[in-house]
Amino acid sequence: MSTDTSAGQAASGAAGGTHPTPDRNEGLTADDLRDLSPADQDLLLYRAMAFVRAFEERVETLYKQGQVRGPAHLALGHEAVAVGVGAALGRQDRSIGTYRGHHHALARGTPPEGMMLELLGRAGGVCGGKGGSMHVLSVEHGYLGSHAIIGAHLPVAAGLGWASQVLGEDRVTACFFGDGATNIGAFHEALNLAAVWHLPVVFVCENNGYMEYTPIETVVPVTYPAADRAAAYGLPAITVDGNDVSAVREVAVAAVATARRGEGPVLVEARTYRHGGHSVADPAAYRPLGEVEAWKARDPLAVHRDAALARGGDPAVYEAVLPEVREQVAGMARRAQEAPRPDAADAWTDVWSDGSSTWRS
Amino acid sequence: MAELTYREAVAAGLAREMDRDPTVVLIGEDLRAGGVFKTTKGLFERFGPVRVRDTPISEQAIVGAAMGAAMGGLRPVAEIMFSDFYATCWDGVVNEIAKARYMSAGRLTLPLVIRSANGGGIGFGAQHSQATENWAMCVPGLKIACPSTPGDAVGLLATAVRSDDPVLVFEHKALYGVRGEVPDGDHVVPLGRAAVRRSGADVTLVGLAATVPMCLAAADDLAAAGVEAEVIDLRCLVPLDAATVLGSVGRTGRLVVVEENPGQLGWGAAVAALVAEEAFGDLRAPVLRVSGGNVPLPVAKELEAEVSPSAAKVVAAAQRALDHRRVAPVG
Ligand SMILES: Cc1ncc(C[n+]2csc(CCOP(=O)(O)OP(=O)(O)O)c2C)c(N)n1
Ligand SMILES: [Mg+2]
Repeated sequence: MSTDTSAGQAASGAAGGTHPTPDRNEGLTADDLRDLSPADQDLLLYRAMAFVRAFEERVETLYKQGQVRGPAHLALGHEAVAVGVGAALGRQDRSIGTYRGHHHALARGTPPEGMMLELLGRAGGVCGGKGGSMHVLSVEHGYLGSHAIIGAHLPVAAGLGWASQVLGEDRVTACFFGDGATNIGAFHEALNLAAVWHLPVVFVCENNGYMEYTPIETVVPVTYPAADRAAAYGLPAITVDGNDVSAVREVAVAAVATARRGEGPVLVEARTYRHGGHSVADPAAYRPLGEVEAWKARDPLAVHRDAALARGGDPAVYEAVLPEVREQVAGMARRAQEAPRPDAADAWTDVWSDGSSTWRS
Repeated sequence: MAELTYREAVAAGLAREMDRDPTVVLIGEDLRAGGVFKTTKGLFERFGPVRVRDTPISEQAIVGAAMGAAMGGLRPVAEIMFSDFYATCWDGVVNEIAKARYMSAGRLTLPLVIRSANGGGIGFGAQHSQATENWAMCVPGLKIACPSTPGDAVGLLATAVRSDDPVLVFEHKALYGVRGEVPDGDHVVPLGRAAVRRSGADVTLVGLAATVPMCLAAADDLAAAGVEAEVIDLRCLVPLDAATVLGSVGRTGRLVVVEENPGQLGWGAAVAALVAEEAFGDLRAPVLRVSGGNVPLPVAKELEAEVSPSAAKVVAAAQRALDHRRVAPVG
């Protein structure tokens, strides 16, 4: 595990009086940001969001070209939630998410090359071709996977918190889920268990207003599907503008600190919006006219860039970021497309801990 | 060597593993009170509230938390009170636990055990008596152990806890009061190794958990009629000791599989298919199955017995297999 490589790079960049521009994408944790100037922090947060944006745009293109195997649920519009919470976690902390999880994987430092290979079904993917878009992970970076059954991973997050508690380890677990997940039993069981056991878990609802094609307000009788329910379990709940990375980071820092002090779980509900359909295949015609435009006017990248420029950031530097990361990601995609396909025999490995799939003598 | 009841053996086996490895923790309902079957009796007093965790009635949370804890460095042993209740948390078992290693190409390891009280015979009715081991057997990624004796309850549990694979242990609730010898010291029974409980040359009886004593009783009756039955205790469904079954059928030429699962799709169907495919030439009679009835389990004694396997039904099936020899055209 690389503990401080990018922090070191960033710090030396700052010390040299230039902007920190790590050329690798190792995620962005609290450890990386700690010693930086506010201006440098602003830029790194922007860069991390831009990288997610560029990655997802490229996946969308590849999907439409028929190159992505299986569905792809993009996080276009959700960037601030992943980056804001990620920036509140330490390297030792853990996170876990859903099939809409590319942003969470990238935010923790999951190698984007490996993710690209996985999405395109090439050898060397982060799940060896056995997971695909919905199940990317990087155990080394503390991202314990994208899970595709709604709600199922919330109790798993509680269990991760329980392990930290029993082992006396200083690790908080952040658990990301959608607004739709708040109506399945596992959500309620997990919140209750985490609360009654005072587990170090931060539950983060990415409320994008839709559960698949259905507006969430048509199936939930309260305003905040996650936060309003959390109260019933004695969980402190914070609602936040999920398109403002600084706001997300601020509440996440507080929530992580509470969990780290052993005071139990906290729930954060971040209101955001997905720019595209539920998956790339979904044209999302069910959305009312003007809704997408209204939310795009509050694009998380633009919101943060404007705030950073108002704080004295250099417009030219910000302008250069997206083209640069788009170029990087395009290169990764090109290399992934040229990468070899997996060996078919790999389908028979990794069921058991001895590496085999043998079930009988 | 101590003589313990099966229920005491479970508690003793858990205590042995918890003594040996501080990362072994228990999670489930009513554990502190010893559990409804008293299989965790004394463990809370001995190991304390950090390692013996009582939960709310939240089976999804139990199973999910066990998975998370296993990912986080513990070796949890979760209890699902009655195996029927797996239906409330099956998602976590089959979609998460069974698949995590594979979907991550081996990057996730889940060293966890889920124990539950399984099976019928004591009038608990349709929602508390099912033998559900066949549910698990259709899902690659789960190991399945079903002890038939107090010794195996300890030995299989020890191996299950030490395994880096998820193992479901189905304890049979009709066996909890049965006494048997439990070896002292580090008693370990490997997963996937069947036990030949009685040798015989005429017919092979394959049982699991409570159907093993049933097969042994049937073998006694058959012996009185001059028929020597071989009784195989499978002990595990996954890994399955196919070699022991095939080897025995190679000698006897006749197989009766005795399962509590409903015959319409019990584990016996898999064993029968395997023998039909791989030992057809050895068979001197059709493979026969004595299975649970294809009805929900009723409560009244006569009704439950009517649709459950029994020693008498095993004897009758063995006789049919043997009778087949007499009507066969050759030999
Ligand atoms: C238990 C379960 N039911 C249904 C689905 C199908 N499904 C996949 S995503 C989804 C919508 C989930 O919405 P939300 O939780 O708000 O997450 P979002 O997609 O908006 O990020 C549904 C219904 C599923 N995967 N799991
Ligand atoms: Mg949603």
